[in-house]
Amino acid sequence: MIDLTSLTLSGARGLLDRREISSVELTQAHLDRIDRLEPQLNAYIRVTGDIALAQAVRADEAMRRGEAGELAGIPMALKDILSTVGVPTTCGSRILENYVPQYNATVVDRLAASGAVVLGKTNMDEFAMGSSNENSAFGPVHNPWCLERVPGGSSGGSATAVASSEAVYALGTDTGGSIRQPAALTGTVGLKPTYGRVSRYGLVAFASSLDQIGPITRTVADAAAVLGVIAGPDPRDSTALNAPVPDYSAALTGDIRGLRVGIPREYFGDGLDSEVRVVVERAIEVLQSLGARAVPISLPSSEHALSTYYVISPAEAMANLARYDGVRYGLSLPGDDIWSMYALTREAGFGAEVKRRIILGTYVLSAGYYDAYYRKAQQVRTLVRRDFDAAFGEVDVIVGPTTPTPAFPIGAKVDDPLQMYLNDVYTVPINMAGITAVSVPAGLASGLPVGVQIIGRALDEETILRVGDAFERETGHNLLRPPMTAEVSA
Amino acid sequence: MNGPYVPVVGLEVHAQLLTASKMFCGCSSRYSGAPPDTHCCAVCAGMPGALPVVNARAVELGLLTALALHCTVPRASKFDRKNYSYPDLPKGYQISQYDDPIGRGGFLDYRIGDRVIRWGITRVHLEEDTGKTTHTDVDGREVSLVDYNRSGVPLMEIVTDPEMRMPEEAREFVSALRQVLMYLGVNDGDLQAGSMRVDVNISLTGPNGERNPKVEVKNLNSLRALERSLAYEIERQGRLLAGGETVEQETRGWSEKEEKTVPQRTKEYAHDYRYFPEPDLPPLVIRQADLDRLTGTMPEMPMTRSGRFVSQYGLTPFHAQVLTRERPLADYFERAAAADRSVPPRIYANWITGDLMRLLGEEQRAAEEIPIPPENLAELLSLIETGEISGSAGKQVLDEMFTSGQAAHAIVERRQLRQVADSAALDTLTDEVLAANPGMVDQYRKGKTNVIQALVGQAMKSSQGRANPQVVRDLLERKLN
Repeated sequence: MIDLTSLTLSGARGLLDRREISSVELTQAHLDRIDRLEPQLNAYIRVTGDIALAQAVRADEAMRRGEAGELAGIPMALKDILSTVGVPTTCGSRILENYVPQYNATVVDRLAASGAVVLGKTNMDEFAMGSSNENSAFGPVHNPWCLERVPGGSSGGSATAVASSEAVYALGTDTGGSIRQPAALTGTVGLKPTYGRVSRYGLVAFASSLDQIGPITRTVADAAAVLGVIAGPDPRDSTALNAPVPDYSAALTGDIRGLRVGIPREYFGDGLDSEVRVVVERAIEVLQSLGARAVPISLPSSEHALSTYYVISPAEAMANLARYDGVRYGLSLPGDDIWSMYALTREAGFGAEVKRRIILGTYVLSAGYYDAYYRKAQQVRTLVRRDFDAAFGEVDVIVGPTTPTPAFPIGAKVDDPLQMYLNDVYTVPINMAGITAVSVPAGLASGLPVGVQIIGRALDEETILRVGDAFERETGHNLLRPPMTAEVSA
Repeated sequence: MNGPYVPVVGLEVHAQLLTASKMFCGCSSRYSGAPPDTHCCAVCAGMPGALPVVNARAVELGLLTALALHCTVPRASKFDRKNYSYPDLPKGYQISQYDDPIGRGGFLDYRIGDRVIRWGITRVHLEEDTGKTTHTDVDGREVSLVDYNRSGVPLMEIVTDPEMRMPEEAREFVSALRQVLMYLGVNDGDLQAGSMRVDVNISLTGPNGERNPKVEVKNLNSLRALERSLAYEIERQGRLLAGGETVEQETRGWSEKEEKTVPQRTKEYAHDYRYFPEPDLPPLVIRQADLDRLTGTMPEMPMTRSGRFVSQYGLTPFHAQVLTRERPLADYFERAAAADRSVPPRIYANWITGDLMRLLGEEQRAAEEIPIPPENLAELLSLIETGEISGSAGKQVLDEMFTSGQAAHAIVERRQLRQVADSAALDTLTDEVLAANPGMVDQYRKGKTNVIQALVGQAMKSSQGRANPQVVRDLLERKLN
């Protein structure tokens, strides 16, 4: 008997299309597994079993009628920052604990149109601010590879749900690495599309110029399939790009012969864990063995990307989070006047990291400091972008580590924000440049997953997916499953 | 009056744009009179995850204004976030324009009597309106209520240069600006309802050119309030300075009841708006082709049109100004004048600015609601000009045309108002008038010849206005002499 929760998206697609299984069976299997694993993982903030089963019934009917979309009947999970009509969307925050959106995010509508089954909303760092999922108001998420370790963040719940087969795939959001870093730390595939490739409408904003929605999956092929459904222009998002959506799956030819792979010197410096370095270097050798050519390159402004990220993203966040004032929705604590109401509500509603970034954002935009911080950061951002432009004149993709280290113990960095921020040192430049990157499992270091990051030109998801897919087919690293998965399902 | 001090005045005019939908969403912007929160959606209510999309028509109207005010329009403009907290600002920031407005460095020429004044325009920018907060009592509890219908309505801000100006000059400037905005069709000019709002900044410059702190006066919802509040501030600040005191930099409001400015009750915070570029909106790219197209649609501005009315139609400057005050009235005049060129334009001007405007006033109707098609007015005036009917009969016909909408000839026929110029009938009529007024006949013969006027009047009256007054007069004079 096949374990229904071990299926990839493409595997499930085949069985469903051949009527060997039903969506209801597949969905129920995942709900059962969620029941068993959640006490240990805490990947979900809310499981919407009834809704999922109802969607599964409808998907089965649609499939019988032959009207099913590409994702029909396949159970998945949504990061709890994507607006879902009628289902609370908390952003991992007390301040939105009881907030129920009146509209769906564009991606949620697109998934629904394709027949997707939504199992629930996944845990996350509050307002997507964090790299460990310890900043959730609903408790930390535990890495299925080692329950005492973090799964990364901020899409830690989504990555964990996929790694532990609590969902076939999930959507996350990536502002500075929040899809790729947890994907790397949980042994999953995490794709950050080009800025504007996927509509942000209904994605509760953290840093609007950096946020992007993308899939977390167990294979590159699955990421390609999901991207094909969620990508595309949206009249409700002016920053969504008006570019046609290619057939990403068709791009996965397995052939990367002659491809020029840039190896950025700056991504292999002092901060990189030696075991991670070995794994990534081996990955590069695999790509060479497949016919790709490694080209040493330099991205000199990368070293400033992280510090400028912590100027730009808090500035935008300060404004984006100003609306949580207790006036219209969410937590509201009465005060003597409007100002004390604001203060009491926000004091109680936001966690420490969110407050830290609001203060930071307020500071860098303050009169007299704007030029020194915000304007300077925007200039550096331009330099980061130019670095990539120059590099992509010589190479087709850039490959390096996704994170400097594998998953670290829960609690290890909570008191040291700067150490925590360094987790995103290799992922942030990609957001700053608005380009695309995918993290693909590259093997283990001391029993913990390591991700290799494949970076591509703006709107060239096809090439990075092709490279990731070729790598995956050659190595099978993505087939490694966390040990606890075997125990629990046994 | 204000002694050695010269007032320096700067104006900030907010005008709601006449678009069908709001600045950044599809909600209707015609919210006037609607129940609270019935014209809002996720975007203009600031729900999490909602995103703005620029209303292209609002941008066009803003550009049209910038062009009409002779501003420099940049090739690229952008929106910024202006951050401050208040319950009627649902996102906690207002999408506005900070350092790249759609227009800057323009001017407006306007006239006070024979004097043409040019007042500099610093900038024109686009933004969104806020919701409306009402402080009231509900069941004996003091509450603040917010209505988001107005939230996100397209707003244009026009900022003038600070200039040495007297209150009357400021009032006439706003009046002229209002006229321009209405001509362009970008704003309805309703100061009372607040779809056009004026704030003023005023400071006094001392005899040696020393600058004193400026005071901002808000809540000016009429031209009169603007002029009176400026006069009040010039006097108040002048008195303070003359007495050796200093003027406090503050925001004041105009109290209609007390006829004075009063400090605003709201707590003054040192605002730091922390502007930064709006990341949800790509920069606005303004193409020369779009500007050319807009320029092509731009109507003739009131002052130019008024000048043309004098030169082209030979109108008095007074008539020209009255007619061009509102675009529909000026259009009406030109259409009527074109309908029958045998009637001199000044006749049209007389009738439109006289009887027709009186009728509009009585009915409290706007110029675009004149119920008489201009061709019909032309027909009426032609009947008068050719002597078919008398002027006084014409007034009666006009009244009836206004209420019934019928054409002039139909009314003239039905009421038999065609002038009697036939001498036999008038011979009898004048004989009767002379017989009935022996006293006046006597006076006339004693040399008081101006009683002839009264006698003509009598004849007109007994003919119900149909007699040709000139013929009657000639007959009377002949019979009396």
